[in-house]
Amino acid sequence: MNLRIEPVAIDCLMLRLFDAIDEAHMPWLLAATQRLRETFGAALVDLVPSYTTLMLHYDLEQLDDGQARALIQQALRNLEPASAGSGTLHRLPVWYDASVGPELTRLAERSGLGIAGVIERHSGREYQVFALGFAPGFAFMGLVEPQLASPRLATPRQRVPAGSLGIADRQTAVYPSVSPGGWNLIGRMPIPLFDREQGRSLLQPGDRVRFEPVDRAEFIRLGGDASPFEVQP
Amino acid sequence: MSLVIERHGLLATLQDAGRFGVRHLGVGQGGGADWISQRWANWLLGNAPDAAVIEITLGGFSLVAEQDVCLALCGADLDAHLDDTPLAPWRSFVIRKGQRLSLNQARLGLRAYLAAPGGFQAPAVMGSCATVVREGLGGLHRDGRPLAEGERLSWRGTSPAPREVPAERIPALDSRAPLAVVLGAQIGDFAGQSLFDAFNSDWTVDNRADRMGVRLLGPRLECRSRDMVSEGIPLGAIQVPADGQPIVLLNDRQTIGGYPRLGALTPLAVARLAQCPPGSVLRLSPVGLEAAQRQQRQLLALWQHGHETSTEQARRTA
Repeated sequence: MNLRIEPVAIDCLMLRLFDAIDEAHMPWLLAATQRLRETFGAALVDLVPSYTTLMLHYDLEQLDDGQARALIQQALRNLEPASAGSGTLHRLPVWYDASVGPELTRLAERSGLGIAGVIERHSGREYQVFALGFAPGFAFMGLVEPQLASPRLATPRQRVPAGSLGIADRQTAVYPSVSPGGWNLIGRMPIPLFDREQGRSLLQPGDRVRFEPVDRAEFIRLGGDASPFEVQP
Repeated sequence: MSLVIERHGLLATLQDAGRFGVRHLGVGQGGGADWISQRWANWLLGNAPDAAVIEITLGGFSLVAEQDVCLALCGADLDAHLDDTPLAPWRSFVIRKGQRLSLNQARLGLRAYLAAPGGFQAPAVMGSCATVVREGLGGLHRDGRPLAEGERLSWRGTSPAPREVPAERIPALDSRAPLAVVLGAQIGDFAGQSLFDAFNSDWTVDNRADRMGVRLLGPRLECRSRDMVSEGIPLGAIQVPADGQPIVLLNDRQTIGGYPRLGALTPLAVARLAQCPPGSVLRLSPVGLEAAQRQQRQLLALWQHGHETSTEQARRTA
């Protein structure tokens, strides 16, 4: 870890901890997040973790730039990574099917893996949650096998149904709610990801996720909406 | 008893200061885009600075009062009328039962702020009633819908006497002063010529402008960092996508993103930009962080004094 602190706005400092995405960095980011929250207390407005950085938004009426930097140095002194595997492991059921995942067939053909092969590879590894963003509860996870990597759609869809599971480059994610989106969709997940009343996200940075293939009947039993992609209103 | 929305116009939303402490969940900020006008509207009524107001964009808006109440209007001049009588902004005024307040068309600025005594009543979602349409959060029904015809709004306090914002405090919405930018983020990755251009050229506000962001048209800015790893986006961030045309990100921006940035507008500059209609020509100018912080604290202090204490407000309510 080689910490650099840069201003990015009048009351926001960007903490650059690493130069590239790596699953091994997450325990450090988690530990830093924890320490910064404790140290800043009420002077912290928001702390936004993302892959290699933490953006720290402090209260300008309580701290100035110099004081904020000093607190950061104090918080991160002798930082130890969070213990391995400290994030929660989630097992999320997915109905991998072309009717709800319109890019499944193309990915199967392009990778030469066939549909069964794509499902096996995608559900065959544990993913790390790197960051939340784009929309409430939208968790960027990775990394998918290089064979499954797919560039974003040239033209994003206006409307991606909630629960849609997608791939973009080597990342994978589930859309927590209906939204526009350009990821390659390969299936659908029935479990709600974001509780807007409580402001809680099921997935948190540092958590690990394993997708478990289920059939249509099980997907519906778990509360999933199986209406095919084309007929979604 | 309440105010009944008769026409919602292009976009009318309930806004407070926005959602904070939730950015790490992917939840955006929201809140009044011209937060300065919003604060003045609340100040006129002795409200808390961030009490819920209606942000009215461009006009085409009207409401009818079901009882007498003192309201405050600040921000854009949207050709407001109380029934047939013209009503200038930057003041509070009494609307009588049965009277209609209409905001017709933009004459100066883009967004007007209408405040009611004690703030409008609205349910909080994650600590705020701020309407963020894209996220389906906030507003009267908690689901991000803007205000619509027939909806009724009530307020929390009692009416004070009408007053005006001191003339010397009224922001000049047509000011040509450059928008101040705190330099930072990927600024070191921009070409020297592009840095010169960024701060020495006219920028035209594109018609692709909304509460998420405002696109600026001008010389093409070149940056050598591409395919960046996404990172947190502050209010006012000036991001430059591959086409070289900057986008200033406002209250309804995403929480993280991967375009290189020059830095971010100061909050004061954000408020000013939020009042610039498409076609406006503006300039950017760098500002030192310390000076910007000092100015912001002075600005915030403006509203600390004019407010009633909670004791005074309680006495008046009693």
